[in-house]
Amino acid sequence: MFKSKTSKVGLIVFLAISMLLAACGKGDKATSGSGKNALDQIKKRGKIVIGVKYDTRLFGLKNPKTGEVEGFDIDISKELAKEILGDEKKVEFKEVTSKTRIPMLNNGDIDAIVATMTISEDRKKEVDFSDVYFDAGQSLLVKKGSPIKGLEDLKKGTKVLAVKGSTSAVNIREKAPEATILEYENYTEAFTALKSGQGDALTTDDSILYGMVDQDPNYQLVGGTFTEEPYGIAVKKGNKELVDALNKALKKIKESGKYDEIKNKWIKTN
Amino acid sequence: MIDFSILIDNWDAYLEGFKNTVLASLIGLVGSFVIGVIVAVMRIAPIKPLNWIGTAYVEFIRNIPLLIIAFFFYVGLPAVGVTLPGFVAGTIALSIYTASFIAEAIRAGIQSVPKGQMEAARSSGLTYLQAMKTIILPQAIKIVIPPIGNQFINLVKNSSILGMIAGLDLMYFGDIVSSHTFITFDVYIFVGLFYLVLTIPLSLGVGYLEKRLARSH
Repeated sequence: MFKSKTSKVGLIVFLAISMLLAACGKGDKATSGSGKNALDQIKKRGKIVIGVKYDTRLFGLKNPKTGEVEGFDIDISKELAKEILGDEKKVEFKEVTSKTRIPMLNNGDIDAIVATMTISEDRKKEVDFSDVYFDAGQSLLVKKGSPIKGLEDLKKGTKVLAVKGSTSAVNIREKAPEATILEYENYTEAFTALKSGQGDALTTDDSILYGMVDQDPNYQLVGGTFTEEPYGIAVKKGNKELVDALNKALKKIKESGKYDEIKNKWIKTN
Repeated sequence: MIDFSILIDNWDAYLEGFKNTVLASLIGLVGSFVIGVIVAVMRIAPIKPLNWIGTAYVEFIRNIPLLIIAFFFYVGLPAVGVTLPGFVAGTIALSIYTASFIAEAIRAGIQSVPKGQMEAARSSGLTYLQAMKTIILPQAIKIVIPPIGNQFINLVKNSSILGMIAGLDLMYFGDIVSSHTFITFDVYIFVGLFYLVLTIPLSLGVGYLEKRLARSH
């Protein structure tokens, strides 16, 4: 198979280097796949690395003035660190997006995802989820004083704005088949169109709608939620100890009233 | 291999989009030509203030992106109380934008006719407008046809801007079909084919017109 001795030596050197590199790599990662469980490693390291959004108003948004990330997900993460490691400062945040969060978790760049992530059957195949930490759901945003009070008011001729390709656009077609649905590139454009009077209501998860209300208080949510989008904390598959620890911490935060305090701080329901 | 079921399954969406693209293009063709002629006349008329207005129009409109003009009509005008649907706002933007290029093509065509011809016509007793109509324009039209044809083809393709402002055109439905099916390439291939159905006949038509006019003089 090998033409000469040198190629054999080359192969051995190559293998040795790659093993060495792999070993080095592991040292830098937040969690390693084999051996001790992730929870022990986090405790040993003395900090938990959490992936959060940096661009989602109210949940995880980088404040350009202070350089700090702020939001509901951030405060919850700090409380989790306090419960698990005894100090809310023992948490490190890394930016994730909806696309990067699962790969980053599986690579070991982060220990957990607290980033407006809906628990779904498809995702359960790839990651393990904690209990629900936030109940989001699709809702409607209208201008204050609008005659639209809920789904039943979306009759023929009403224009409902949504984002191209979102599940909320699919859902609203089922729930309000008579209304005209107009779809835009992103939430900013859809909200701009709503503000310009190009539509009567805007639909997506209430968590995002609350962010829009925060930006412009002339708008309000109506009709409650008509889908369920439970947000969970995701960890690498098979980390039962970490999931248990997170669930225990979540329970404590909820019982102590800290959860409601954080929720009321960020999410102002009308 | 291209998946034709995408086209068949979403035929209604494609057809609705195609219909609106054709409509926007037709309105745009007429609108941009009318505005373009008016602006071109303003630019070359022997009246200074009209020249200024014409020049300002061309330089202002053709030097900003079409998308911004479309957004202006869609989300800017409502601030002053005029709310236009995406289709209307997009078609107006398209006409105004293309008109600035057509005006330039017409101006260049007219000015490419040697100055001496106008002077000769005027000294033979024709008025400015008569000289324009009988001497200058018949010659200018031949020069102007190819560049205007190009602008018309651009207009058809630029009508895809409607997709950005919920104008219900081919691009809008293409975006929606691709984002719901997660199939990008095939969906836009068919969108592209629908545009070709419009632009190729237009292109051939312009070529034919060009030959006909070349023969007549």
